[in-house]
Amino acid sequence: MLRQIEGSRAVAEAVAACRPQVIPAYPISPQTHIVEALAELVSAGSLAPCEFLTAESEFGAMSVAIGASAAGARAYTATASQGLLFMVEALYNASGLGLPIVMTVANRAIGAPINIWNDQSDAMSQRDCGWIQLYARDNQHAADLHVLAFRLAEQLSLPVMVCMDGFVLTHAVERVDVPDQSTVDAFLPPFAPRQVLDPGDPVSIGAMVGPEAFTEVRYLAHLRNLDALERIPALAKEYGALAGREVPGLVTPYRMVDADIAVVALGSVLGTLADAVDSVRADGIRAGVLGITAYRPFPFEQVRQALRKVRRVVVLERAFAVGVGGIVSADVYSAIRTPLWTVVAGLGGRPVTAGSLRGMLREATTDRLKPLTFLDLDHDRVRRELRAVGGAR
Amino acid sequence: MSVQPVKFYQVGSWAAGNRLLRPEDRSVQADPQRANSLTSGHRACQGCGEALGARYVLDTASRVTNGRIVAVNATGCLEVFSTPYPESAWRLAWLHSLFGNAAAVASGVAAALRVRGDRDTRVIAQAGDGGTVDIGLGCLSGMFERGDDVLFVCYDNEAYMNTGVQRSAATPPAARTTTTPVVGAVPGNRFGQGKDVPRIAMAHRIPYVATATVADLRDLEAKVAKAIGLRGARYLHVLVPCPLGWGTASGDTIRIARLATQCGLFPVYEAEDGTVTATTPIRRQVPVEEYLKAQARYAHLFAPEPRRDLIDAIQAMADHNIDEYKLLDGE
Repeated sequence: MLRQIEGSRAVAEAVAACRPQVIPAYPISPQTHIVEALAELVSAGSLAPCEFLTAESEFGAMSVAIGASAAGARAYTATASQGLLFMVEALYNASGLGLPIVMTVANRAIGAPINIWNDQSDAMSQRDCGWIQLYARDNQHAADLHVLAFRLAEQLSLPVMVCMDGFVLTHAVERVDVPDQSTVDAFLPPFAPRQVLDPGDPVSIGAMVGPEAFTEVRYLAHLRNLDALERIPALAKEYGALAGREVPGLVTPYRMVDADIAVVALGSVLGTLADAVDSVRADGIRAGVLGITAYRPFPFEQVRQALRKVRRVVVLERAFAVGVGGIVSADVYSAIRTPLWTVVAGLGGRPVTAGSLRGMLREATTDRLKPLTFLDLDHDRVRRELRAVGGAR
Repeated sequence: MSVQPVKFYQVGSWAAGNRLLRPEDRSVQADPQRANSLTSGHRACQGCGEALGARYVLDTASRVTNGRIVAVNATGCLEVFSTPYPESAWRLAWLHSLFGNAAAVASGVAAALRVRGDRDTRVIAQAGDGGTVDIGLGCLSGMFERGDDVLFVCYDNEAYMNTGVQRSAATPPAARTTTTPVVGAVPGNRFGQGKDVPRIAMAHRIPYVATATVADLRDLEAKVAKAIGLRGARYLHVLVPCPLGWGTASGDTIRIARLATQCGLFPVYEAEDGTVTATTPIRRQVPVEEYLKAQARYAHLFAPEPRRDLIDAIQAMADHNIDEYKLLDGE
């Protein structure tokens, strides 16, 4: 049923429909509304049997999820920013142990300087931790991706991170068809763990692996992660058919058929980009957008196919690697092997406006865009600071 | 005729061997049907106090629960020597996650068991002193505060032995470790107020806290059995000498652990709901010197120059414990 609903509430209700059994939580903005809503549902008894645990830290929360998942319960948590970083050791552990935990990351900048606003530095910093990473383009997508994530996680016995832009999505009230219980039940069978801590059939989980087998363990984890590239489109189709709407899976092309220039991006900026593309097309610039939903594993083939006819590629980055530049750019480049432009935009909550994006597209089309551009950079402020500290560049 | 030193098993009724007991009163380890939760063939050092303690703890828990236990292990010696892939010495459901999160992982296991309707299976978390008093204390305190249904067992060998004998917050004053070398006016570890985790556990007013050593395995078994019979967060702190780190003979582990309690440095007691309810009295007090002299980690207190000042300071700590827990009052 279509409702005007806050993104966090929509996600919480979608998660609830997935019948989670253990939900450890630790508060951090902008994720809090999700776990607050779930706490309310658990307290009301509408999720029984389900345990909601208030952990003493994000590291503790992920550790509780690890224990619960290993003991055969469907486990879910949510975090953001510093919280995700405080979990890092446990993130690698969850993926290494093959535990199908689902977690929402309400994307937020990482300090210092402390900043609670949206960018994707947090999730990007954990792109290599072995979790599957899905990025939502809007709140409908966010809600649907959570349902898909549980099924995917449990099929592959791998944890899945569903990333949604903090505030921009989590706190936005928009129209969402919240997945209903019967649809979710038809799509998501009860959790059947690959292995479980059972005194009746004891296993040792978490053995020490030395040089003789560690490489093979890692390689096998890689293959299992890549499996998601096959599964995601099939699951998106299956779930989309049940839900009666299209659910973007690996990538979402927009006006790419005749595009000369393509902008590649992840998350909520895709909506603004579509607007910008529509308006520069009126000026005769044949632009298109390629949205990436599955960032880990990276859909190389789909990206290559989508970009094979365009002359110029701009990658819009909501995070960047200090000392290097683009993060997503490196992956896109290794898919297409032709020069591209990296545009870093919207860090720490700075709005990425359609106007700036139109300017960016015009510059790119006329070869005036620098290979690494920081959108809307206040050059005066940078110059002042550099003068103050005697900076070289 | 030379005087024969009196052997421990000859000194009186309290040391009665299993042969003199009714079968139902005998040690879990005396039972041929024991679980062997931590079975032989693992890679612990000879005389490892932790391996001994863990076997007694888990076999007792196994017996009390009819084998319905799940163990969560922190990173450390116990984890490393028991599970070098593809081998495992565990004959129970066992999970190792990380160094600092055993308590939280165990909370998760307990929650999963509850939602799955399993009221019989009990959860034990185990860690060394590093994984308990240092890196694991946050998660441990969270588990206590929430009252999660977990028995947490700390095997305290008073330093990071797995990484090569570095100081932990449980390392006693004057002890030599590789990060508290024997140099300067106060050689070895600094004298400080220490970090008394059993007391910290008691401050959470959890239903059961107890200390024990591998010198009194019947006491250890009894405390595990009692702890398993209760619900909520429970804590057991077991002193387990480490021949490698302490510089003691492999065959001396039990004797050293006994000296630790007899000199008063390691008080053995039980506490319920935050109050001490029972202590194990010292039957024959020994000066701390006797305990210290037996360990190479304290060798610098005796040679080249005897450090009476430091030995006296350690004796004062023992006297304080004896006073605080009234350890001599039982005689």
